[in-house]
Amino acid sequence: MQCSVCKEKPATVFLTHIENDKMHKVNLCEDCAKKKGVDNPTTFSLADADLLLGLGAAQEVAQTAGGVDLKCPRCGFSQADFKKTGRLGCPECYQVFAEGLAGLLKTMHKGTRHTGKSPEALRQSRDAAERLKLLNKKLAKAIESEDFELAAKVRDELKALVSPAAAPARK
Amino acid sequence: MDLYEFLITPAEATRLHGPHDRIVMSSRVRLARNLKNAAFPGWAKKPERIKIMETIRPAVEGLPEMKDAFSEAMDNLGALEKQILVERHLISREHAAKSSGSALVLNREETFCVMINEEDHLRMQALRPGLQLREAWSAIDKFDSALEKKLDYAFNNDLGYLTACPTNLGTGIRVSAMLHLPGLVLAEQINPIIQSVNKLGLAVRGLYGEGTEALGNVFQVSNQMTLGETETTIVERLDKVLLQIIEHEENARQTLLEKKPKVVFNHIGRAYGILANAHSISSKETMNLLSLMRLGVDLGLFPEVNRSLVDELFIVTQPAHLQKQFSDKLSAEERDLLRSDMVRDRLKNVSRPNVKLPKPEN
Repeated sequence: MQCSVCKEKPATVFLTHIENDKMHKVNLCEDCAKKKGVDNPTTFSLADADLLLGLGAAQEVAQTAGGVDLKCPRCGFSQADFKKTGRLGCPECYQVFAEGLAGLLKTMHKGTRHTGKSPEALRQSRDAAERLKLLNKKLAKAIESEDFELAAKVRDELKALVSPAAAPARK
Repeated sequence: MDLYEFLITPAEATRLHGPHDRIVMSSRVRLARNLKNAAFPGWAKKPERIKIMETIRPAVEGLPEMKDAFSEAMDNLGALEKQILVERHLISREHAAKSSGSALVLNREETFCVMINEEDHLRMQALRPGLQLREAWSAIDKFDSALEKKLDYAFNNDLGYLTACPTNLGTGIRVSAMLHLPGLVLAEQINPIIQSVNKLGLAVRGLYGEGTEALGNVFQVSNQMTLGETETTIVERLDKVLLQIIEHEENARQTLLEKKPKVVFNHIGRAYGILANAHSISSKETMNLLSLMRLGVDLGLFPEVNRSLVDELFIVTQPAHLQKQFSDKLSAEERDLLRSDMVRDRLKNVSRPNVKLPKPEN
């Protein structure tokens, strides 16, 4: 791969800069990387990648033309901050900026829904909710088909699920 | 606690073995986690970062895996100590740049290392010698499950574990291995390999991670995507790809020996010649030549040399390790002199490469 600045030497430094839902890739050779001051990633801000290839100016305009800059009520982080750092302010930001993030996540990842590990406590309550839904459905179906024997059985299962102590709660 | 006394010595570290360690130097699985209701470290103000650290640090220290661990706030570590940790691949360069409000917890065996308030509140890693991705994943999975009972993680049903950077969202997992690939580099097959690995959504980086060059023909291969797949799927894919890279590397070595033995002997002989005789040598040149010597050991050209001798030199000739041994007031030129003295001394009993017996060691 060639350096995208001098177009001569092979690129050894690879920058990936994601902004809104656009991904910019810049490949630099060692010399050009040093010249542009990107040989040390700890001091190099991702936003500088724009300056390297003169990208981003158009997007800046489009953004401000849109009017108000969205802010996270929990931590005060703004869309402009995200543009600058490529990081978010707090976990809540994912809700606040959900709309803008959706497209970005699609380009970055295999999918847009988490399918991996989840905290044990959450997993249990999620499983319970799932079972509750299933039993309710079964109950409705049993009543519809007038299978009252089954309905009574499902009702007992539901009761046991809601109050595991199996105390017969009556209305 | 004194970091230098705590750390495993380079000699001990290079005596640890794992499967395929002829090519795979180490395996690592890292998980990123954050606390609910707190700003990410990059956005939190100092008092909040300190509060977060004070919540997380005792929880980590209390895990059975962390018995007798080294635990320290980053502002209590000197620049040299931090650099040593980077050279040992225990912390990231980003974490080395942190001070107040960040901390490090490292266990005795150096198999678990937790960075507190790096880019995320928690970056926990399991480390293993050789190719042991599954083992590393199951170790850190267990570690994380124990920790989630004490800490309230930021988690969302759709997006998974919430991280400061959207690139880590979901599983927060990074599975990686450090590979020594001199055969593929010499045979000029490394670029097509890197490209096809990239096509599978995996990243190939240099010795010190993101944005660094492949000094000493050492490459890090890791996953990039973290959302939409399970951890096991990611681990299995990486494992499969690594086994293929290992096969390509072994084939490249074999083919080079058969088709261009003179080229191989020339490279290794010159590497030995310079290392054993130089009176000034930079860290970069040392690593690149040690890589060739390591290849020579693998190919049976130095029958009396153990690979751990080369691996140990790989560690101790790095700038911070050298400064630690001598003085941190050394200039780069002075370090080059001391480095060459050290390497010459360690190689003084090593005979010239024995090219008459190119019988590969297995």
